[in-house]
Amino acid sequence: MPYLSGEDTVKELRRALSNPNVQSDPLRYRNTITKVIRAMSQGVDVSALFPEMVKACATVDIVQKKLVYVFLCSYASLNPDLSLLVINTLRKDCQDANPMVRSLALRNMTNLRLPGLVEYVEQPLSSGLRDRAACVRRVAVLGWAKLHNLQPETETDAAVVNELYSLLRDPDPIVMVNCLRALEEVLKEEGGVAINKAIAHHLLNRLKECDVWAQSDILRILERYCPQTEGELFDILSLLDSCLICVAPPVMAATLRLFLCLCSSLPAVCHSALERACGPLLTACGSSSREMRFSALAHIQVLLGAHYKRFFCGYAEPAFIKQRKMQVLVELVNDENVSMLLDELKGYCTDVNPETAQAAISAIGRIARSYSDKCLEILTGLLGLKQEHITSAVVQTLRDLVWACPQCSDIVCTTIEGCEQIIQDAQGRQALLWLLGAHGERVPSAPYALEGFIDGVRFEGSLCVKMELLSAALRLFLCRPAEMQDMLGRLLHYCIEEESDMCVRDHALLYYRLLHCGIEETRRFVQMRRSDPGLGVLIGRPQQSINSWAQSFNTMQPLCGATTTPDTSTRGSPEHTNFYPKTNLSKELRTCQVDSTPTEEDFFCLETLIQCSLIPVDSPYSLQAALQLVNIQTMAFTPTSAIPWKFYMYTHTQPECSTKTAHGTLILAELLYSNEAPDVDEKPRDEPALMGFLSILSTVLNTVALQCENSQQGKTQLS
Amino acid sequence: MICQFFILSSKGDHLIYKDFRGENSSDVVRVFYEKVTALPGDQPPVVMNHKDVYFVHVKQGGLFWVVTTNSASSPFTIIDFINKLCSLVKDYCGTLSERSVQLNFALIYELLDEVVDYGYIQTTSCDVLKNFIQTEAVSSRSFSLFDLSNVALFGAETQQSKVAPSSAATRPIHQREQGKSEIFVDVVERLTVVIGANVISFAFLNCSCECFPFPSEMRIGLNEEFSIGRSQLRGYGAGVRVDECSFHQNVKLDEFESNRILKLCPSQGEQTVMQYQLREELPCAAPFRLFPTVERDASGRLLMYLKLRCDLPPKILFVCLICPSLSQELSSPDQSAELKPQSRVVVWSIPKVNGGTQLSALFKVDVPGLCSSSLLEVAPVGLSFEVPKWTCSGLQVRFLRLSPVYSPAGERWVRYITHSDSYTIRI
Repeated sequence: MPYLSGEDTVKELRRALSNPNVQSDPLRYRNTITKVIRAMSQGVDVSALFPEMVKACATVDIVQKKLVYVFLCSYASLNPDLSLLVINTLRKDCQDANPMVRSLALRNMTNLRLPGLVEYVEQPLSSGLRDRAACVRRVAVLGWAKLHNLQPETETDAAVVNELYSLLRDPDPIVMVNCLRALEEVLKEEGGVAINKAIAHHLLNRLKECDVWAQSDILRILERYCPQTEGELFDILSLLDSCLICVAPPVMAATLRLFLCLCSSLPAVCHSALERACGPLLTACGSSSREMRFSALAHIQVLLGAHYKRFFCGYAEPAFIKQRKMQVLVELVNDENVSMLLDELKGYCTDVNPETAQAAISAIGRIARSYSDKCLEILTGLLGLKQEHITSAVVQTLRDLVWACPQCSDIVCTTIEGCEQIIQDAQGRQALLWLLGAHGERVPSAPYALEGFIDGVRFEGSLCVKMELLSAALRLFLCRPAEMQDMLGRLLHYCIEEESDMCVRDHALLYYRLLHCGIEETRRFVQMRRSDPGLGVLIGRPQQSINSWAQSFNTMQPLCGATTTPDTSTRGSPEHTNFYPKTNLSKELRTCQVDSTPTEEDFFCLETLIQCSLIPVDSPYSLQAALQLVNIQTMAFTPTSAIPWKFYMYTHTQPECSTKTAHGTLILAELLYSNEAPDVDEKPRDEPALMGFLSILSTVLNTVALQCENSQQGKTQLS
Repeated sequence: MICQFFILSSKGDHLIYKDFRGENSSDVVRVFYEKVTALPGDQPPVVMNHKDVYFVHVKQGGLFWVVTTNSASSPFTIIDFINKLCSLVKDYCGTLSERSVQLNFALIYELLDEVVDYGYIQTTSCDVLKNFIQTEAVSSRSFSLFDLSNVALFGAETQQSKVAPSSAATRPIHQREQGKSEIFVDVVERLTVVIGANVISFAFLNCSCECFPFPSEMRIGLNEEFSIGRSQLRGYGAGVRVDECSFHQNVKLDEFESNRILKLCPSQGEQTVMQYQLREELPCAAPFRLFPTVERDASGRLLMYLKLRCDLPPKILFVCLICPSLSQELSSPDQSAELKPQSRVVVWSIPKVNGGTQLSALFKVDVPGLCSSSLLEVAPVGLSFEVPKWTCSGLQVRFLRLSPVYSPAGERWVRYITHSDSYTIRI
């Protein structure tokens, strides 16, 4: 009825429904009802037809019944009074000889979602639990869960709960699983269904009878069971082994999660489970469904393997898969495959989709920290394309690279000349300004590039670029005063006199006053570190402990994280926090290495002296391994010859329910091998956690040192 | 757990909406569509969240199949369920399209009612569902003269009906049972290849062997030389080797070791009998090779000369897609190929190619501001093709036998298809 408006449609339908000629002809009656449902799913409000539809409910035609129920369940909440009329028909249907009619009536009785009807529904539901036909029992069991959620405050009858528990032994597997699901909902306040040894073993034994969906639900609920002895644990694990390599991804993922939960205290078992699940996960990565592929990719990052070629992007794949694959590729890089991987990534840099291109460029930048020569060659080549988005991404990548690996700065300085003409976006220009400020003395054209920026500052929209421009100009002034003096003067004048943004103005004022104190004083504060030479980057990926991600495995979390662009933490300048005026200037230089911590109050520093015999500086990997056992992860360490020798590490505590703070505690630590100012940064204040960390750390150090069996006395400071 | 399920057309029309738990308002449909349309490009992320509601969607048949759920649900389960539901709808309605969903909405509501109860998946097995589903499918297939061509004068069988399978594969389940029994076995291989400088640098084969309905126990015989893994090569002949192989749980493997025979229990719907994979090297030479030359001519135009060689047995059919992304708007090329300026792609499509032949094309493209480094920007060439009657791995089905108890011998069809998943040639 395309020419009729909503109201006319309803009128027309009502006339047809109440026409006795239509009612006497089953086929015509059914067709009219189909039209009503069609109008309903197209968004027409047909709730006015409720009385007519209630009448249509009393019929022997099952198809018509089903259609009417679709209608009634959608509109019952609008007509609670009239719905009472339906209950009679439904209750009569519950006595029908045909089990299909009985299950249909029972299901829709509970789907009406009317709290007022609960008293009429309880009796048929109870008898439904004891029905001969499995399909009726399936519906009845879930019906109790629906009923409970309709009136969450009333407690479900203990007799019903007991009956549900006993139905776990039902011969039909779906009834059994539905019982679990229903108990889970009914007993939500008590922490869900209680899994004792008998139930757990019963479920495990019947796992084979269930289909994929039931299996994954059972495996999820079994996570709550703690085996009493180690023998029992291994019996369970060997029973589940076949599920781990199951073809169906849901079962495989649920089993793996269960393995990780059960063996959280046995890392070796977890690792072998991961290795075993690697095959099926890789199969899922090559699945014909894009969505399944993406889901598997989001989970596979935790598993390293020699399968790097499987993560090369296909040309027709959507951007979200490509970016995920690149993240995986970066983590798989090693000496043998680096040239092949770089060739592949190079191909993606010119992708039509700018985001994919950007992700590829930043992936190359990450690899460049370990293999700088080849990567710099590629990045320089990309600058030659003079494409706006590519150049911007390359400059940002170079900025991050120079911060981590200062040895690259010579090459970078020669390549960035002329880029200021091409870059348009704020982030790219910010990165370029940082590079010009930090390494300006080696870029011959730096003052001219800055001049362009200073002339255009009036029309500059981005706050970050203005701030970056101020500090770049000041820094360049310190090393090339003759060329910069006039320009800096103009910039400071503009910022102090005309700029409307307080942040920029304050910043300019700070610099102005700083310059008043004399050039040496200024240099002391502004000429900060241009890189962090202490950071030698570990090749490959620091091993994360399994327990840290086991909780989020097989949930929505890994998939949602994928929508953000990779590496967001490095989008700002590496030590940008450094530039904001702070109360305690002398502290700034120290905090620059922890730029990710948001505010000053959130952290807490501590210096401790740990007295122990010589630690094996020559073998940092053994120390790394020892620390990993106690859940402390290594970020980086200096080459063995460097003095002072440094070792950076972190760990975090899980948020506890008992404390009021929702956040966990992150502890960053720097281990120094000489007499320098030390600090531990922690957020937020959490004294016991910090003390615990220190005692563990000193224990580890002493143990490692003992193993070293060297009598030489060494002093270690924890910072 | 599934809170709501809905199907949206690509234009945002509500086709199906079902609320299983009544926890969220129906407003989420609008929220979802706004989220999808707000994103640039046509590839929205699979999972999106709005407050506590997580949307998981799969795009199939040009429609959005969306499930809303909570954060603790398993993404594998949800995505697998949507895929399974799509294939169920396809089994029941014949085809997956906006029109068939619109025509069969009553059937789909009925299916949803049986498949999911209160957000919990009950069953997706066709054998169980057939007892409950009562509505008959409305076929969207219009009357076509082509169907008549299979029937010659006075109903005698034409030559064509012996070769081409009839439209049974796209016929809804209920109608299939009434007609003569037909069984389809599809061997589909998907090829991922990267070719650089005429050397295959990477190849990967992902394949599946699928089966359409069969009423009784069936035996499928594979090549006798079929072997799994590197170690167990048999004999000296041209063996068929795969790296990994997995079977459906209904497959009985007692005769597999000795005779390479798979025994299948009866089933109604479509079923993936076996999945296998090949890594690193292909058992045969690359089916297509391309010899590209990209250079600049005197007048500043970009010249792309492409020579395509295919080494397959004759009578194949494929479409070739070439996508060098160029920096600017382009003028029209020489050949009967299409140029898409907004995605900077030249598409060269070839309806049919004979094996052992060679094709060539010359494209001249005007690129403003062309310089030598622009040549670097020409992206790799991608080929997409479909080769019927050929499998890359060499897998063959020796025989298909129904158990002798089931007397009426239906027609049995075995189809081999090789698709290109991603066939990339670097310039």
